[in-house]
Amino acid sequence: MAKKKPVVIVDYGLGNLFSIARALGSLGAEAVLSSDPKVVSRAERLILPGVGSFGDGMKGLADNGLIEPIREYGRSGRPMLGICLGMQLLMDEGAEFGFHRGLGLVPGRAVALPRAGGRAGGCKVKVPHVGWNRVRPGRGRTRRSWKGTVLDRLGPDPYFYFTHSYVVVPEDRERALADTDYGGAAFCSVVRSGSVSGCQFHPEKSGGPGLRVLRNFLEA
Amino acid sequence: MSPRRGGHTVRIIPRLDIKGSNVVKGVHLEGLRVVGDPAELALRYYEEGADELLYMDIVASLYGRNNLLAIVERTARELFVPLTVGGGVRSIEDIYRLLRAGADKVAVNTAAVRNPPFVQQASRTFGSQCIVVSIEAKLRAPGQWEALTDNGREKTGVDACEWALRAAELGAGEVLVTSVDREGTGSGYDLELTRKLAETLPIPVIACGGAGSLKHVEEAVSSGKADAVSLASLLHYRRTTLPKLKKTLAAEGIPVRLEHGKKETCRHR
Repeated sequence: MAKKKPVVIVDYGLGNLFSIARALGSLGAEAVLSSDPKVVSRAERLILPGVGSFGDGMKGLADNGLIEPIREYGRSGRPMLGICLGMQLLMDEGAEFGFHRGLGLVPGRAVALPRAGGRAGGCKVKVPHVGWNRVRPGRGRTRRSWKGTVLDRLGPDPYFYFTHSYVVVPEDRERALADTDYGGAAFCSVVRSGSVSGCQFHPEKSGGPGLRVLRNFLEA
Repeated sequence: MSPRRGGHTVRIIPRLDIKGSNVVKGVHLEGLRVVGDPAELALRYYEEGADELLYMDIVASLYGRNNLLAIVERTARELFVPLTVGGGVRSIEDIYRLLRAGADKVAVNTAAVRNPPFVQQASRTFGSQCIVVSIEAKLRAPGQWEALTDNGREKTGVDACEWALRAAELGAGEVLVTSVDREGTGSGYDLELTRKLAETLPIPVIACGGAGSLKHVEEAVSSGKADAVSLASLLHYRRTTLPKLKKTLAAEGIPVRLEHGKKETCRHR
């Protein structure tokens, strides 16, 4: 069998890329960190990581000349996974410290977590949302619809590790593969649009179920 | 599932105090005994279902740093839950090196109390999710705690609760509060302190110091309102295990993550 090309992890100055590379390594996949537009364009599998704010994220991509290469990659039908801020950047726009245009690979927006600073069940709703939480099929979906996606072959009731203050709102609910409940409201925790997927949680920090998601991505 | 939190769970975070190349444990942050090898213990706790792990370099001497980085590196290779590392973090460069070695978050105390803008600089550089402000709190008067530094050795005159609020404003993503009075005593968390912080702060609060029984851990959440609990001796000396602790908490109606890391990991290999 021909050796697989390494997974390219976009390095634009944000996020703990090393842990993603390590998790892929544990699954037997090779990963390279790169900020080179040419490497991104030629990738066969692309991960867009990221933490921090939407504006900083887009600026980091722009400074490295990566916006157009990633847009083109995303439209090419090759597998792409956005993680955390990387998922939010897939959207048309983000409203974090002002208005910012996103990559536009998934129609919709990134907005502040609903109920931030409010109360639910007599307790303060903390933001950022930090910790382990469940994902469940989005409205009008069943787990059967996860087949063939990054959420395929998960055990019952899987938990994932989240740490974020913003969430995505896809324009078309069809693109919300999974929802997660927090602070008395639900947000979209996994999106999918063709070959482009995004997860709000950190699969590289979510134990077995997280590694399963990465493996699904590697096998997509 | 508690309506209070949705599917969100309370995190159980084993704390490993590190001196040189060993995990140690003391009382009131002093009088240390060697417990074991950091990477070995960390992986055992990961396999048993730890939601995160916390390494605290309690000596934090300048020469010890490479040792710490090597331990972090060794641990991170097989650890797929978040790892927070603290102790002697003084600069942006320190944070960068720890992240590069495999830490996901860093805990800052002394450098942050002495120079609060450091919290802002660090959270702007690495994101709030990466910056945990660690507060060592000592009871000074009823309802009033002082923030200590240098592993409980130095006084600052700073009010712990006011400092926590300020740290949150400066961009800290979480606050780890260790009760110096309770630390290592097994007499229970300082519930009043924990509750005061948990109800005031807009960000998650991790309670630390004093867990001597499963009941204490439960109280830190039910009465102390902690978003996460950190514990050491109970686990290090095998007085309980993570699965047992989590089952007990679940039976009390506290939402916890009940699956294990390792089982699934193995299936994939």
